[in-house]
Amino acid sequence: MTAAVQQETAPARRSRTRVLREVLRKPAAAVSIGYVLLLVVLAIGGRWIAPHDPDVQDLGNRFAGPSLEHWFGTDDFGRDVASRIINAAAVTISAPAISVGIAVAIGLPLGLWAAVRGGWVDAITGRLADTVLALPALVGALAIVAVLGPGLVTTMIAVGIIFSPAIFRVVRGAALAVTEETFIRAADAVGSSRRRTLWVHVLPNIAAPLLVQTTILMGVALLVEASLSFLGLGVQPPDASWGSMLKAAYANQFDAPYAVVPPGIAMVLTVLAFNTIGDAIRDAVGLRRRT
Amino acid sequence: MTGNSPLLSVEGLTIDLPAQPGLVQDVSFEVGRGRSLALIGESGCGKTLTSMAILRLLPPGLTIAGGRIVFDGTDLLTCSPRELRAVRGGPVGVVFQEPMSSLDPTMTVGDQIAEARLLHLGERRSVALRRAEELLDRVGIPNAAQRVRSYPHELSGGMQQRVMIAAAIACDPKLVIADEPTTALDVTIQAEILGLLRDLQRDLDLAVLLVTHDLGVVADFCDDVVVMYAGHVVERASIDELFYSPGHPYSSALLASVPQSGSPRTRLAVIPGRVPPAGRFPAGCRFQPRCVHNRPEVCGRPQPDSVLAGAHRSRCGRVASGALTVEGVPRG
Repeated sequence: MTAAVQQETAPARRSRTRVLREVLRKPAAAVSIGYVLLLVVLAIGGRWIAPHDPDVQDLGNRFAGPSLEHWFGTDDFGRDVASRIINAAAVTISAPAISVGIAVAIGLPLGLWAAVRGGWVDAITGRLADTVLALPALVGALAIVAVLGPGLVTTMIAVGIIFSPAIFRVVRGAALAVTEETFIRAADAVGSSRRRTLWVHVLPNIAAPLLVQTTILMGVALLVEASLSFLGLGVQPPDASWGSMLKAAYANQFDAPYAVVPPGIAMVLTVLAFNTIGDAIRDAVGLRRRT
Repeated sequence: MTGNSPLLSVEGLTIDLPAQPGLVQDVSFEVGRGRSLALIGESGCGKTLTSMAILRLLPPGLTIAGGRIVFDGTDLLTCSPRELRAVRGGPVGVVFQEPMSSLDPTMTVGDQIAEARLLHLGERRSVALRRAEELLDRVGIPNAAQRVRSYPHELSGGMQQRVMIAAAIACDPKLVIADEPTTALDVTIQAEILGLLRDLQRDLDLAVLLVTHDLGVVADFCDDVVVMYAGHVVERASIDELFYSPGHPYSSALLASVPQSGSPRTRLAVIPGRVPPAGRFPAGCRFQPRCVHNRPEVCGRPQPDSVLAGAHRSRCGRVASGALTVEGVPRG
């Protein structure tokens, strides 16, 4: 008996970090997290890390192939592609962060409210979500850009609003299931107020699906930003985004066919990383539920 | 607040579902200070609803249509939400049926026990957690200092129920409402949990309202009994009165259907039929379709709650008038 008890208590102390450990145990997920952390470092310190100034032109050296001096070659203005990719990491990280942050800021409280109050609150917020959801993210963002003019921040805010129903639905569904649980009634029975119960008992129990949805939306938001920049509506020159670099490479594909590769691969890897992390969290939480 | 008034008194409690009024009808009983009262009956007779209605913890859709519930001088049906919250988890603790689903899976058991103390006594978390450790020790969980940091899924069902009990008594309550606390546990653990509840009741001078369908538990544990059938209270009695001189045909039939270890190879008595579904209750006595003593001309009329002797009450007019005597368990 005592042996069994002691055996069980050892992991108990660390189980707050259990999901994280479960996620890190998977090589793909660990690599993805490392990759995203690297992006964050590049986004913050890109100016100092990049081997060249990303905006300095060298018109005598346009479309140079990869070399020791220019790892990924140079673009149509002779600018160092590697440095531009590194500098664009800031946009790559901040654009999804803005839009998903806004989606969560809108979707989470409304989703909780709809789940807990039900009735007309649920009906109105639900219909509202359906309406917004009927609008594809890119088309909605295009409409907003048409009104407000091109610019990264405004467009990503618009994308965030369009994403919010996706968060709203996940939160509402998960919260509805959780509020049916006996432990929510048990929380009522110890005298916890509705609002406190929401924060202390409901929110941690819906964190897992919320996290999964968030990471997936990060990937989608990144693609929307790239699409807008590709169309020339997101990041404005001379600033770079992987989308705008792709556009430049596309325009010059007969002079430098390989130029689409660096930004393209960077983008694929990033979306892949976000989705892998999302999957790993889902699996880790699933594993935890089963025990 | 006076010494003589009961700790909890429920008068004429009626619970409605919109489609089915009178799911629980005209239920009255009292729990004295430091006493233990059992609420017994078959599944679906409304005993759990009654116990949950005391703290207004009914599931959505069910409404309390009438009656009065007074706990220690506070009318729980008319008081403000704030007053109600002050009673919940403070002077009244609740233990639910299924320990595994009544504990929050994302919170350590220590935090869940400490929760009531944070809310009601405004203690700091570190202080409350130390108290939670003492409580875990008190409810017989070994290695309490480590267990405080465990999550519910790391404990067995019996341990989880001990944690629930520790949480229920965290603020030194005067009353604990235990809704079938042992139903989800296996038999050996059941005995341990009941033993624990009895010890706590004695040591802390707790009143306990125990919801159960197990007459053995009742005989073991309780001072008084309320027998419910199809949303009605059919009999209120002390343990001795119920077992040796029951005042209602239903109580008598229940007693007869308990297997007796002293008489092997006898056919076990059963109550024919089943509890009518809510909304299809017969007029008058709700037990009459299954009652062997049924006299339609008498039992079809509403049966008053009549006093048999002292606090012994029955909702059978024929027993109350002396026209019928029902058998209990033989003495000795």
